[in-house]
Amino acid sequence: MTNLLLQYATVFLLSVFVGIEIISKVPSILHTPLMSGSNAIHGVILVGSMLILGAANTHAEEVLGFLAVILATLNVVGGFVVTDRMLEMFKPRTPRAKPGASTEASEHPKGGEA
Amino acid sequence: MSRGTLIDLLYLVAALTFVLALKGLGSPKRARHGNMVAAAGMLLAIVATFFNRVDGHPLHHVLLIVLGMAVGLVVAVPTARFVQMTAMPQLVAIFNGVGGGAACLVSLTEFIHIKSTKPATYVVLEVLLGVLIGTVSFSGSAIAFAKLQELMTGRPVTYAGQQFINALIGAAALAVIVMALVTSSTALLWVLLAVAFVLGIAFVLPIGGADVPVLISLLNSFTGLAVAASGFTLGSNLLIVAGTLVGASGTLLTMLMSKAMGRSLPNILFSAFGSVVTAGPGSGAEQRSVRSGTPEDVAVMLGFASRVVFIPGYGLAVAQAQNVLRELAENLEKKGVEVFYAIHPVAGRMPGHMNVLLAEANVPYDDLIEMDEANSELTTADVAIVVGANDTVNPAANDDPGSPIYGMPIIHADAAENVIFMKRSMRPGFAGIDNELLYNPKTTLVFGDAKDTLTKIVAAVKAS
Repeated sequence: MTNLLLQYATVFLLSVFVGIEIISKVPSILHTPLMSGSNAIHGVILVGSMLILGAANTHAEEVLGFLAVILATLNVVGGFVVTDRMLEMFKPRTPRAKPGASTEASEHPKGGEA
Repeated sequence: MSRGTLIDLLYLVAALTFVLALKGLGSPKRARHGNMVAAAGMLLAIVATFFNRVDGHPLHHVLLIVLGMAVGLVVAVPTARFVQMTAMPQLVAIFNGVGGGAACLVSLTEFIHIKSTKPATYVVLEVLLGVLIGTVSFSGSAIAFAKLQELMTGRPVTYAGQQFINALIGAAALAVIVMALVTSSTALLWVLLAVAFVLGIAFVLPIGGADVPVLISLLNSFTGLAVAASGFTLGSNLLIVAGTLVGASGTLLTMLMSKAMGRSLPNILFSAFGSVVTAGPGSGAEQRSVRSGTPEDVAVMLGFASRVVFIPGYGLAVAQAQNVLRELAENLEKKGVEVFYAIHPVAGRMPGHMNVLLAEANVPYDDLIEMDEANSELTTADVAIVVGANDTVNPAANDDPGSPIYGMPIIHADAAENVIFMKRSMRPGFAGIDNELLYNPKTTLVFGDAKDTLTKIVAAVKAS
């Protein structure tokens, strides 16, 4: 049992360092999308919510677990969609010389979504 | 390979995508790709979980799980898709809050599930921390949402003995935790839930609207930690890794943001910044002389310029004037004028928010320059146009040690030959502080709605 705790603590500590290391050189213009993106990532609590609802034996657990699944889904779906919407805006500069041709080309792949 | 091992392996892949995604989000080119990678990893983890086993049996209530997901999807997608870009910060706040709520519920439910097996003290501690942090994040985010959505005042809410009372609530939460550890009683868990809920509200109330984005980032990292805590309780490496990644990077991000505002994090959290506004900012201010001009005057001035720098702020977005601003820039460029947009790190309501709002209006990414570069460009600029910004160009941040924003790095609009300041009225900005720049002899004020004014300037520039 203590071994397991130690293993989780190891994972925890290493993740702390990875988390700090990974974003230490982010330009400030990307702070908002980064915040929003990491917001989506902690939506992984949906996996935890599924596990507790899947293990539920009593009505209390069922109700709480069901609520957790809804909230976690809001977090994960909303998080990713909002982030994508923000990042959609960061398009590379399109050559201004021929606006007609370039807009047509960039509009097409978008049609498939939603 | 057993089913359990395969699922754990898939979880490992998912955790890896989260690391790569955070890495990708740090570069403009790979950011969107990074987000997609994380979403794919998340989907993989969720699908794998359907095949997971708990307590030695396959998941019960699969239909209920799917139903819950469906409800979440139906609410989240349209909300996230169609809410105005200006409302982005409060949207992030609310999606973060529900995540904290979910983490709290997971810890709570797991405790109810295992309490008959007399869990070890450290397991109870994990549960208590998950409930405490998750709930603080939930209620704190709700208040942050209300402040940004203007459901309540954006000004700091203060009352006598506030810090003492907040410390008392914090101490009460700790006391409940200690008692719960000793007795392992479920009732105390509900008490902790209630105390944590109040703590989240009390903690956020004294924080002013301008500082709320930093707060959201902090609450975001709280939710990450709450998720990690539930990961400990459930014994899930995936939750521990993902939650901790967000907790750690979120804390660092929060500090970077406060640094961009030239303030320390404790100062933002505990100083009720902006509440001590000089009484009646209008009264003293309006007696000083300012120079105002018409949109036509501005067009003439721009006609003689060779380098123009726009300094946009949140007011631009409120007036929905981004497109007109871009139109003005295009018309000026046609006449051979060089145009830049100087972006303060905290322009808008979140760092980087202004870039998103301008990008939405198809302003080329390369025309946006960051503060340091902008300040060197401004020394050779003929005209600086301040649209909807205020605190980010306030010289008091440099000159007036008594000012609440003293020490915040600003864009030196007054380094340009001429300054045009578009304002709706003489009202002070988001932080509630009077602006010396308005009285600078270089400054021409143009009163009115930013969109109207810009439209008139565009017409005048075209005509000239």
